[in-house]
Amino acid sequence: MNYDIIVVGGGHAGCEAAHIAAFLGKKTLLITMNKNNIADMPCNPSIGGTAKGVIVRDIDALGGLMGKVADESHFQIKMLNSKKGPAVRSLRCQADKITYPQNMLKKLEATNNLTIKEALVEDIIVKDNKIKGIILSNQEKIMCNSLILTTGTYLKSNILRGDVSLEGGPHGEKRSNFLSDNLKKLGFTIQRLKTGTPPRIKASSIDFTKCSPEYGDNIYYTFSHDDEPIYKIEDQQKCYLIYTNNKTHQIILDNLDKSSMYGGYVTGVGPRYCPSIEDKIVRFKDKERHQLFLEPESMYYDEWYIQGFSTSMPEDVQDQMVHSLEGLETSIITKYAYAIEYDAIDPLQLNPSLETKIIENLFTAGQINGTSGYEEAAAQGLIAGINASRKLEEKEPFILKRNESYIGVLIDDLVTKGTQEPYRMLTSRAEYRLLLRHDNADLRLREYAHTLGTITSEMYENYQNHLAEINNLKEFLKTTKLEINLEIKEKFKNNDFSLPLNKTPLIELLKRPEITMEFLDEMINIPFDNSIKDIVSIDIKYEGYIVKTKKEIEKMLKLEEKQIPKDIDYKKIKNLASEARDKLERIRPISIGQASRISGVNPADISILAVYLKKEYNND
Amino acid sequence: MEDTIAAISTSLGVGAISIIRLSGKEAINIVNSIFNQKDLTKVKTHTINYGFIIDNEEEIDEVLVSVMRKPKTFTMEDIVEINCHGGIATTTKILELVIDHGARLAEPGEFTKRAFLNGRISLLEAESVSDLIESVSEKQRKLAINGLNGRLTNVIKKIRDKILDLIANIEVNIDYPEYEDAIEVTHNYLKEKVNKIKKDLELLLSNASVGKIIKSGIDVALIGRPNVGKSSILNALLNEDKAIVTDISGTTRDIIEAKMVLNGITINLIDTAGIRETSDIVEKIGVDKSKQIINSADLIILVLNNNEELTEEDKELINEVQEKTNIIFVNKNDLKTKIKLDNKLNVIKGNTKELNGLEDLKQKIIEMYNLDKINEKDLTYLSNVRQITLVKGALESITKILKDIEKNIPIDMLEINLRDAFDKLGILIGETYEYELIDKLFKNFCLGK
Repeated sequence: MNYDIIVVGGGHAGCEAAHIAAFLGKKTLLITMNKNNIADMPCNPSIGGTAKGVIVRDIDALGGLMGKVADESHFQIKMLNSKKGPAVRSLRCQADKITYPQNMLKKLEATNNLTIKEALVEDIIVKDNKIKGIILSNQEKIMCNSLILTTGTYLKSNILRGDVSLEGGPHGEKRSNFLSDNLKKLGFTIQRLKTGTPPRIKASSIDFTKCSPEYGDNIYYTFSHDDEPIYKIEDQQKCYLIYTNNKTHQIILDNLDKSSMYGGYVTGVGPRYCPSIEDKIVRFKDKERHQLFLEPESMYYDEWYIQGFSTSMPEDVQDQMVHSLEGLETSIITKYAYAIEYDAIDPLQLNPSLETKIIENLFTAGQINGTSGYEEAAAQGLIAGINASRKLEEKEPFILKRNESYIGVLIDDLVTKGTQEPYRMLTSRAEYRLLLRHDNADLRLREYAHTLGTITSEMYENYQNHLAEINNLKEFLKTTKLEINLEIKEKFKNNDFSLPLNKTPLIELLKRPEITMEFLDEMINIPFDNSIKDIVSIDIKYEGYIVKTKKEIEKMLKLEEKQIPKDIDYKKIKNLASEARDKLERIRPISIGQASRISGVNPADISILAVYLKKEYNND
Repeated sequence: MEDTIAAISTSLGVGAISIIRLSGKEAINIVNSIFNQKDLTKVKTHTINYGFIIDNEEEIDEVLVSVMRKPKTFTMEDIVEINCHGGIATTTKILELVIDHGARLAEPGEFTKRAFLNGRISLLEAESVSDLIESVSEKQRKLAINGLNGRLTNVIKKIRDKILDLIANIEVNIDYPEYEDAIEVTHNYLKEKVNKIKKDLELLLSNASVGKIIKSGIDVALIGRPNVGKSSILNALLNEDKAIVTDISGTTRDIIEAKMVLNGITINLIDTAGIRETSDIVEKIGVDKSKQIINSADLIILVLNNNEELTEEDKELINEVQEKTNIIFVNKNDLKTKIKLDNKLNVIKGNTKELNGLEDLKQKIIEMYNLDKINEKDLTYLSNVRQITLVKGALESITKILKDIEKNIPIDMLEINLRDAFDKLGILIGETYEYELIDKLFKNFCLGK
C-alpha cells in the first residue's frame, strides 16, 4: 500500500493531523495501537482553560475538530476570567472521557480519504534524507510520501509509582521500544521528559456533603464557530472543591523517600506548572492547605479525578493520602496516580512548519515535540497536517505569527527557544494577547482557512455573515446619534455621568470609559447579537491599547520580513559571539525576527548578522 | 528602519556646545514641532537655521538647527542637528522633547549602522563597520552596566522586582483564576502598589540632580544692580579659597568667571557684572538679562545693598528669584541699615570690607545642597541622559497606569504599561526579559493540576 500521508498515533495531535490531511484531499492512513483510545484523555477530564480555550477556538477557526467534538461531549462549561478584561477570557469544559473519543472517532470515520489501522510502529524508512515509509512491529512495511509522528508519551515510556517502574504507556498500553532509538540513529537529539496524573476515586465512595460544589455558567457557549449549543444549562454537572490538611502533609513528608521523584527513580524533567503534590508540599512548606478539585471523568462510569493531587507515591501511601482528605475518608481508589517518563525530540530540530530539519517530509506534533496538554497537541497536529499536505503540493508552508494566534506563539517558542520541560501554553507567553482573544478567533484565522482550503464553503459563509454583522454594527454606531430628551437627561444624571452634547454619535459615547453598550441599549435599541456587541465594544473601548499593541507588532513584523537565506554559513560571519554563532547554527532561524528571539543572541549579534546579509545577499 | 532615532552626539557637559542629532523619516517634522522661528519643513537642504526650542510656549534654549535632507547625508536619511548651549539640563531636556515627539533613543553605533545599511558606506568597508558596531555596542553595554554603581543597580533591581512581583501576581490571577492563594489584584490594590513604585522612581530622578552636581558642579549666578558689590563678593570668595580664576567664555549668555571647590564639589560662579556694566541701558534690559540667567543657573545669589532702600528693580529681582533656589546676600552691613526685607526670605548679611558673612554664605550653600553628606561611593545617582531618559520613560508608563485605574480599565491591560516600565528598567541595568516572568510565576506560586 502507498499513502500520501501516514499519521502515527491517534491522540489529539494525530486526530487533527489525519483529519485535515484527508480533508485536503490526501490519501491518509492513521495508525493507532487501539481504536478505542482514539483522542484519549489520559489525564484531566477537561478541554480548554486559560489560553488553551483560545487555542481550541483557533483550531476551530482553522477547520480543526477539537472544538466541535468538545461541544458534543461535555457536561459542564465555563467562561474563565469573565470578570476580567476581554483579552484573557477563555472557555473550559468538563469533557466526557467516553463520549469525547467516540465522537472524535465518528468524525474521523466519516472523513473521506482517511483509513484507520491498529498497529505499533517501530521504525521509519528513510532514503537520501527523505521519508519513504514505516515499519510495523510485525515487520510489515507501509510506504508514504509524508509522515507525521504524533506518538505522545508512548516512546519508551515508563509508568512509575514509588520504586515500581513498568514499561508502557497510559492504560498499560504497549510502548514503542525502538522508534526513538531509531530516530536517534538518524541524528535526532532525544530528551527524557516526565509528567504525572492524580488518582481516580469511585464516586459512590465520596462524601460530597463535605465538599463545596462548583457550577457551570448560566450562559450558553460553544467552542465552535459553526455549532449551536446542544446541552442544557440545567443539565450541567457539578465539580467539587476540597483541601489538603496537616495530616495529608505529614503522610507525604514521612514517605517522601518512597516517591519515584524524591526517591531518585525518575530521570525525566517534570513541568513546573504541574508539580506533584509532594513537590508542592516540599517547596511551599508554610502553606497550610492546597486546593483540590474533584471532577467526574464521565457520565458513563463511576470514576472521579482529583485535580491537584498528582503523585508518584507507592499505592499504599496513596491510600493513606487520599483517606486523609475530608470527604474521602473511606473512598476507594479505582486507579492509582502515576508519573510517566518518555522520550521526546528536541524541538529545536524542527522548522516552523513542524517538518524536521534532518529528514524531509517527516513532521512531528504533540508531546513528541516536548509539549503538554491536549490543546497544544491538537494545534500542532493541525499545523503539521496542513503543512505535510502543502509540502506534497510544493506550496509554501503555513506559519502563524506570534500576533496571529496562540498557535503561532506555541510553535515559535518551541522551534526558537526549545524546551527543557513539557511546554504548556500560558497567557503570559503571548506578548500580543490583547489581539489573541476568544471572541476574534474567526476574524484572525478564517480568511487563512479559506485560502488553505481547510474549511467548507458553508463555514466560510458563516464567517462572512459574522464579519458583515460586525461592520454593520460599527456603521450603526457611527451614524446613530443620541438625541437628548428629559428622560435621557435623567438617566445620565442618575448614573452620575456627565451629559453629552445633543446628537453625539453613539460611537463617541462608547469611547467614554463609563458608558457601556448595555447602557446605550436602554435608550436606543441596538439591534445586534450580544456576541457582535462584545467584539465591537472591545475595539472601541480599548482602542488606545490596541493601537499600542499594533505598533509593537509592526516593529516585530518588519524584523520577520527580513528573511535569512537557508544556505547561510554562520562560520563566515566575523565578530559573531561564539554562543550566538552556535545557537544560530543549530536553530537556523528563518528571519531576523526569529533570530532576535533566541536566548543568547544579543542585539550586537543581530546588527552584525544584518550587516552580513546586506553585504552577501544585498538583502534589506 | 522607518523609525527616527535621536542621540546626543557630543560628550555631555564637556563642550560649551552640545549637538542633538536625529536621523530618519520624521526627523524634520519632529524638530519642527518644537522649533519656533520658521517652518523647517520648508527650508532648503543643508541650511543652518536660528531660533528657539520650545516646550509648548516655554523657550528652552536658543539654538542653531542644521537641516540636511536625504540622500546626501551621513545616513542617507533626513538628518537634523540641534546645536544648543551645552549644559546637562538643557541638552537632556531637548533630547527628551524630541523623544516625546516621536523619536527613539538611538542604540550605540546606530547612526553608523544606518549609514552602512543605506549604502552610504561602501561594501568594502563592511567588515570594519561590523567591527565598529561590535566594539561600540560591547563597550557601550559594559559602560551602561559599569556606569551604574552597585548600589544604584540594586535600587533599580528592587524597583524592578516590585514590578515583576505585581506582573506575576496579575498573570497568576489570569492563568489560574480558580487558584485562591494568590491575592486578587484589584484596582485599589494595584493603585497602592503602583503609587509606591512611582515614588521610588521619582526619588531616583530627584537623586539624578545629585548625580549631576557631582559630575559638573553647581552653577551659581550672582545677580543684582550695579555697584551692590557682586564682583567684590566674587573676589573675596575666590581669594579666600585660592581658587584658580579662569576665563572660559561659555556661551553668549553666561560667563563663567571662576570655579571654586566646596566639600569636593565644584561651584561654578557666574558673574553677571560683565554683561551689566558694559551695557548702557542697564535699567531696561538689565532685568531681562537677569531673568535668563535666573533660568539657567542652579542657585541664584541676589546681592542687595544694606545701606539703601529697595528700588523697584530690587523688588522685581526678589520676585524673580523666588521661583528658584536662592540666597539673598545683604552686602555692606558695616554701613547703616536702610533696607527693609520680608523675614521669610533666605537672607545672609555681611560685607566684603571686613570679609564678614562670607563663611556663612558658604555654609549656607553646603547646607542647601547637603554637600557635607554627599559621598560619591554611597548614594544612588543617575548620571547620564540615557539613564535619566529610561527612568523617566518608566515613570511615564507607571503614571499612565494610575490614570487608567481611574477609568476602570481592566487590570490585564494596565499590565501592558507595567511591562513597559519593567522593560525600560531592564535596559538600564542590562537585563533582558526572557524567562524571568515564567520563572517567577512558578517560584512564587504553588500552581498545578
